[in-house]
Amino acid sequence: MIESLSFELSRPDFPGPRLPPAGVDSDATIPAHLVRHTAPDLPRLSEPEIMRHYGRLASLNYSISENFYPLGSCTMKYNPVANETAAALEGFASLHPYQEDETVQGALELMWRLEKALCEIVGVDRATLQPAAGAHGEWTALRVIQAYHRDRNEIRDVVIVPDSAHGTNPASAALCGFKVVEVRSAPDGRVDVSDLESKLSGRVAALMLTNPNTLGLFERDILKMADLVHRAGGKLYYDGANLNALMGICRPGDMGFDAVHLNLHKTFTSPHGGGGPGAGPVAVKAELAPYLPRPMVQRTESGFRLDHDRPHSIGRVRSFAGNFLVLVRAYTYIVAMGGDGLTQASLDAVLAANYLRTLVDEVLEVPHPGPCMHEFVASARGLGENGVRALDVAKGFLQRGFYAPTVYFPLIVPEAVMIEPTETESKSTLDAFMAALVEVVALARSDPEQLHQEPNNLPIGRLDEVAAARQPILRWRRVGGPD
Amino acid sequence: MGYLVHSDVDRALMLERIGVPSVDALLRDVPSSLRLPRLNLDRGISELETLNHLRSLAGQNRVFPDRMCFRGGGVYRRFIPAAVAAVTSKPEFYTAYTPYQPEASQGTLQAIFEFQTLIAQLTGMDVSNASLYDGATAVAEAAMMATVQTGRHEVVVAGRLHPEYGEVLRTYAAGRGFVVLEGEESISTTTAAVIFQQPDFFGLLIDAPDLTRRAHEAAALAIACVDPISLALLAPPGEYGADIAVGEGQQLGMSPSFGGPHLGFIACRSELLRRLPGRLVGQGHDDAGRRGFTLTLTAREQHIRREKATSNICTNHSLCALAASVYLTYMGPEGLRQVAEISFVRAHFLAERLASLPGIEMAFPGADFLFEFPLRIENGGDRLQRLSGLGILAGLQVGRWYPELRDVVTFCCTEVNDPGAIDELVAAIGDGRA
Repeated sequence: MIESLSFELSRPDFPGPRLPPAGVDSDATIPAHLVRHTAPDLPRLSEPEIMRHYGRLASLNYSISENFYPLGSCTMKYNPVANETAAALEGFASLHPYQEDETVQGALELMWRLEKALCEIVGVDRATLQPAAGAHGEWTALRVIQAYHRDRNEIRDVVIVPDSAHGTNPASAALCGFKVVEVRSAPDGRVDVSDLESKLSGRVAALMLTNPNTLGLFERDILKMADLVHRAGGKLYYDGANLNALMGICRPGDMGFDAVHLNLHKTFTSPHGGGGPGAGPVAVKAELAPYLPRPMVQRTESGFRLDHDRPHSIGRVRSFAGNFLVLVRAYTYIVAMGGDGLTQASLDAVLAANYLRTLVDEVLEVPHPGPCMHEFVASARGLGENGVRALDVAKGFLQRGFYAPTVYFPLIVPEAVMIEPTETESKSTLDAFMAALVEVVALARSDPEQLHQEPNNLPIGRLDEVAAARQPILRWRRVGGPD
Repeated sequence: MGYLVHSDVDRALMLERIGVPSVDALLRDVPSSLRLPRLNLDRGISELETLNHLRSLAGQNRVFPDRMCFRGGGVYRRFIPAAVAAVTSKPEFYTAYTPYQPEASQGTLQAIFEFQTLIAQLTGMDVSNASLYDGATAVAEAAMMATVQTGRHEVVVAGRLHPEYGEVLRTYAAGRGFVVLEGEESISTTTAAVIFQQPDFFGLLIDAPDLTRRAHEAAALAIACVDPISLALLAPPGEYGADIAVGEGQQLGMSPSFGGPHLGFIACRSELLRRLPGRLVGQGHDDAGRRGFTLTLTAREQHIRREKATSNICTNHSLCALAASVYLTYMGPEGLRQVAEISFVRAHFLAERLASLPGIEMAFPGADFLFEFPLRIENGGDRLQRLSGLGILAGLQVGRWYPELRDVVTFCCTEVNDPGAIDELVAAIGDGRA
């Protein structure tokens, strides 16, 4: 056992924390039939024990503060600590969402400035900051496009998604009630334009696209594709997962995209938090702007205000003003970096990816010709004759002190190993990562059995995930307690 | 510059290894007509200047001390133990990625497993997921679970659900193609779910067990949207037979933060497990038989099932779930009960004092409540404004959502509003300053 559960550490005789007395009296009671008779079975622990428990759990984690995450499509870049300082300011963290607009002018100005900056970076007109995550933003953008078509009495119930797309794309489309039609990739890894053409019709609401795509390749025919989709009356949706390749280089809006979602927890350095919270703003061209969620921040002569009077809006997509403290972090980053810094960040991200691509290409197959943009996809299928899979390569990196690359995605590359270095990893880190890959590949050939046993230097070895899913144990239960 | 790491020497070495003269050569797939001359943003500045700018923006917001804040409406000031921030600010937690590689992520995975257990214990349900975005989207996700489970296309909102939750629910419904009906009289054999909030948006207690029974009579699911602190005092949804329990977890160790990030939670009966959206952490073991935790039942999720997934959710609110776990572990059953009882007693004391002032009365006399209550106040808007000038963030006018209740203001009271603060509020209104 690595670390006991808080429930197992719990001591039934611990009395609980000290809280102030109520200090006033009332003889009010709760109606008898609504009263809880058995207290929830929560752990009973002292503060020192709690801090030790979580301290030990923290030590079991890998994190970007420690080393490199080469996760393709995840943009795990360094999280500036100044962002945390800004988000902790009392003038942000203490604000109640229902304070009157005149008492939150700084917060509204920050949101307004962030919206302007994001629109400039992606080349569109307005943005909502309300969506809480990337998938939430995708869905919001599709709802906006859906409302636009409905307003024109057009029945468009199909969304086209490339076969290389992230799983959230088709899931978000389905959540809007769209039928999902896949467009295939050509041998060069890019969208097969003739296949796209054959799938366009008056029923198509939108094409969802990532550019660069999930192979890290720029869709060279983007202007042609945009033209085809627009002629068919559809809209172009840009999945912002890969925006880190493009800041200051080119803009989705100029490519013809009508709606763009952004992951502030990827490109704009808000931390991942072990799986969130993030933020997924949606930026759109003017003709879609009336449909954005309400409220939006408006600038008036007397200051900033939240505008709820948006009759064409799809409505709210979450409560309040979105993940405001995530917005503060992203804004802090943008201000510190400036237009010049963001541009250099993307240039460096492309440079680092091509550097690693060149080196990886010497030891593993990289099926699609470069240059790449901010990431690339290798394949471990060449190791298959030794009984080694992409999963084993991933675990070999864990053994050698690195996190694993994204594996088995995109689905169009067998035994995919997807690598994204970002601009915040030094050349020496990239070289050390390569040395680890060289070692893993050599071991795959010389002693695959040993590689199958890795990692053996971490808190636990490979988990039997099939067994875990077969009879799922999703919570602790007290021994002898109710089943 | 900023957070960039390469020296020009390293850049040159990398270009040389790649075999190109410049980064521009790597961008050859980008059509020249698309190349941007420059971003029209200010140039980068130092950390010193950046934080000064941020402090200046923060300084343009009005900060009300916790003890003088009596405004709720879904977001509440509560005492947050220092342990919460001390844990969530550990970089090993906040800069970690989603725990896809269990061998390198046991800290996050075990913390989520504990969170799932804590929520299950609190709500009395069988299983909880790893978190959702907020209370509003949790309601919407639960409604979608119910429509899929029952094959029916109507959900009924009974009573006063938070208006913003209702609005989010309708946004989801319009996309997914189900109908949202208002009022318990709409419950019928075509109802997929009855959704109710306990306590309701005004803070009033409703007969949740009765609504659950009525949902089940129509073979619909009962979805209880609950205040997690209230569950120290109130029978949990699992006890009265609700099928899905959801809610907003902000009160469990999160600051108001102008509305986010907060924490959505969702828990259900085990029969509904495979319809549950989002991530789940399960217990397993490695080859050596050591216990460990891993993301599990991923076949429900978007990255496997794509358009057939139970939900599109991917990134959720893991760090907020960690905050809630630390909070609940710190409080334990005793602390949580005390927090709820102190709030209950003070809220009732405050209600009695305020309702005894001229021009103020309980809006729903005789209605039961816990920590928040509606008053009918003459010239409520003006009085709130004057109170604000005195440094008191008093109640919330509900007229923007309920035009027929223009003079109704809800007040909340928690353990942070000490008796002195209550006296100040009552005195400010009572002596005519507000």
